[in-house]
Amino acid sequence: MDIHALQQIVHSTRDARRKQTIPKFPPAEQDQLIHKYHPDYRVSAYRPIRFGPNADDKTVVELAALLEGDSPISDDSDLTPDYTTDVLVVGGGGAGCAAALHAHGAGAKVMLATKLRLGDSNSVMAQGGMQISVASGDSPVTHFVDTLKGGHMQNDHDLLKVMVEEGPSIAKWLLSLGVLFDRDGDGNLHVKKGGGSSKPRLLTCSDYTGLEIMRVLKDEVLNQKIQLLEFCAAVELTSDDSGNCTGAIFKDLDNHRQIVVAAKSVILATGGIGRLHIQGFPTSNHYGATGDGLCLAYRMGAKLMHIDTFQYHPSGAVYPEQLIGALVTEGIRSEGGHLVNAKGERFVNELDTRDVVSSSIIRECEEGRGIRTMSGRIGVWLDTPLLDAEQGPGTVEKHFPAMMLQFERFGIDISKDPVLIYPTLHYQNGGVKIDTNSETNVYNLFVAGEASGGLHGRNRLMGNSLLDLMVFGKRSGLTSAARAAAMPHGKLTLGHLKRFRAEAKKHGSGSGVVSPMILPAYTRRED
Amino acid sequence: MAQEDKENVIDQPEVIRHRMVTIEIAGKKYDVPEGITIIKALWYSGQEVVRGAGCLGGFCGACAAYYRTKDDPKVRTCLACQMAVQDGMSITMMPPFPARKATYDIQALKEPKQDLFNLYPETPLCRNCNACTEACPQQIDVREGVWKAVFGDFKSVSEMFMDCVMCGMCTPVCIADIAPNLVALYVSRAQGAHFIEPPLGLDTRIKEIQDGRFNDEWAKIFKMTEKELADHCATVK
Repeated sequence: MDIHALQQIVHSTRDARRKQTIPKFPPAEQDQLIHKYHPDYRVSAYRPIRFGPNADDKTVVELAALLEGDSPISDDSDLTPDYTTDVLVVGGGGAGCAAALHAHGAGAKVMLATKLRLGDSNSVMAQGGMQISVASGDSPVTHFVDTLKGGHMQNDHDLLKVMVEEGPSIAKWLLSLGVLFDRDGDGNLHVKKGGGSSKPRLLTCSDYTGLEIMRVLKDEVLNQKIQLLEFCAAVELTSDDSGNCTGAIFKDLDNHRQIVVAAKSVILATGGIGRLHIQGFPTSNHYGATGDGLCLAYRMGAKLMHIDTFQYHPSGAVYPEQLIGALVTEGIRSEGGHLVNAKGERFVNELDTRDVVSSSIIRECEEGRGIRTMSGRIGVWLDTPLLDAEQGPGTVEKHFPAMMLQFERFGIDISKDPVLIYPTLHYQNGGVKIDTNSETNVYNLFVAGEASGGLHGRNRLMGNSLLDLMVFGKRSGLTSAARAAAMPHGKLTLGHLKRFRAEAKKHGSGSGVVSPMILPAYTRRED
Repeated sequence: MAQEDKENVIDQPEVIRHRMVTIEIAGKKYDVPEGITIIKALWYSGQEVVRGAGCLGGFCGACAAYYRTKDDPKVRTCLACQMAVQDGMSITMMPPFPARKATYDIQALKEPKQDLFNLYPETPLCRNCNACTEACPQQIDVREGVWKAVFGDFKSVSEMFMDCVMCGMCTPVCIADIAPNLVALYVSRAQGAHFIEPPLGLDTRIKEIQDGRFNDEWAKIFKMTEKELADHCATVK
């Protein structure tokens, strides 16, 4: 059928749906729905990790293979440093930039290395906003409670308290750097309501929040003349005789040379894993989201947590084919956009947490109420024109310029026609376990941002990621800078790698792959 | 149910046909499936992509590309992750362009509108050719933005350039050697840091946290058993 014919049911049921209220599921029903339909509960997608700090813990097979993977570095590599620095930040996204700026600001010598360009990251794509409790009727405690609920009560309380309490000062810092958050008429920060939140708490820069923050942070990193190492992928860490972190080894992706950096501490801000395409899902993630930091930290002996849980964002584009997996921001649902099945019915409270909404979309599709595309995909409608109907013509265009432009390029006007969506692999809920200073159980090895775990529990609340990056980027930067002043450089060895290899051998060798992955293997090869 | 499925299938001509098209990448011909994005066409034609791909979602500007469609003399710009290939298209990725970025301490600026002419003295030399606007894949009126910056309308510039992905395609075309994206970034930051009043509510909240206004609530929460905490959370709607 012609897409416009199929969309008719969305238009014809709009007025009736506008009068409807869909209650959120009670907790018991939520659990039931998630257990039945959420990809995290697909048993066949998981296996236990055979060795290392998380031996016998289960994770998805794609990640298990990389964690058990072998290093590309040989035991007897020359470890003479090419560069020496106090703080080495690996990753050029939000957490990396925040860490570098704060460490630099505290007087440390900082180097920022990234396998793509400075700023290439998931952070730049964050559209929904940043949760910070600035509104008078809101409080950090309420932010804490909402996040805990969203995370199924599994969040690390100490990390979470730190994040929500430092939020307002982060907003002030970003404003002082020139970030243009949306404002209310009285000059106060405008707040929007996000899925799973009891109060409006999202700070936004229209639907370009991540882009605006990253433009400014990138510019500031350049202004501060922080030493950069672009197109260099971290492939191994170095340790001293006590197993503390002392630096990292990189592969220069332009000339394939090996680069050794000695550092008093290393901050891994390497982001997520979307490009592993877990369970075959498309992803909203950037090109380099291959979980490199997890592999490096794991071989060093750092413990991971919650690595069996991933966030599938409810609204990834399914049509047109060119936009598969791309995100349709949650902001649309925050502003009242309905999810509608092939029968023209709503089936979930659109502002429920992401895991619940995703599970309900999968349920609709599995039970035959989805809309199929001829490329074999399936999805449900997101009623975008409803926003113009409710709030007046031009609303979609004014509030979601990025979305409008993205679909317009393929001849689709989302203010006139609904969008077909299905969950897309979006975020790694867990990661390397850290303390409130963002440090792992390996001394002088810090992890900040999506690569870390514990803060978000088993489901990250919308808008908490940008704040996570800023808060723990800052804490890792400040802690490592303070420590650098009073310590000498450590010895660079590969003792941890020898131990890891010995353990792999004991378990009948590793997974047979070399990790980290660095970039996904999309290049077609003629066989 | 099978019947239902059939009813709800979208026609997708680009998928039915599986048609191959011939395109030129950096001057060399390749056959690729019609309708895939330029980035996917690069992968399909066997190229290793390290530079020239970033977020793959149209936000980072890494994949700035030039293209020309069949028999059309006009060379256009696009983000390669957001553009579908068609038969006869010629494509080349934009190399990194060595535009000069001024460095500045944004907070220490005394007269940001005047400082623009010290940091980017070429800005007022715009000769109105409009090439930057035509080169912008984000449909920003770049030329207008440059003039607004010169005349000190920083607010308008910051609004106009909110869509800017810093791909830099406006820079190589400028005959006055202006880097409009960098000028706009400076102007937008200056606007945010110097010309908008700080939000009062934010300072109040920071002070409340410093003064321990929420300490009693925190103490209560941290004393709760897991069960009590879960029950407490359930009461917040």
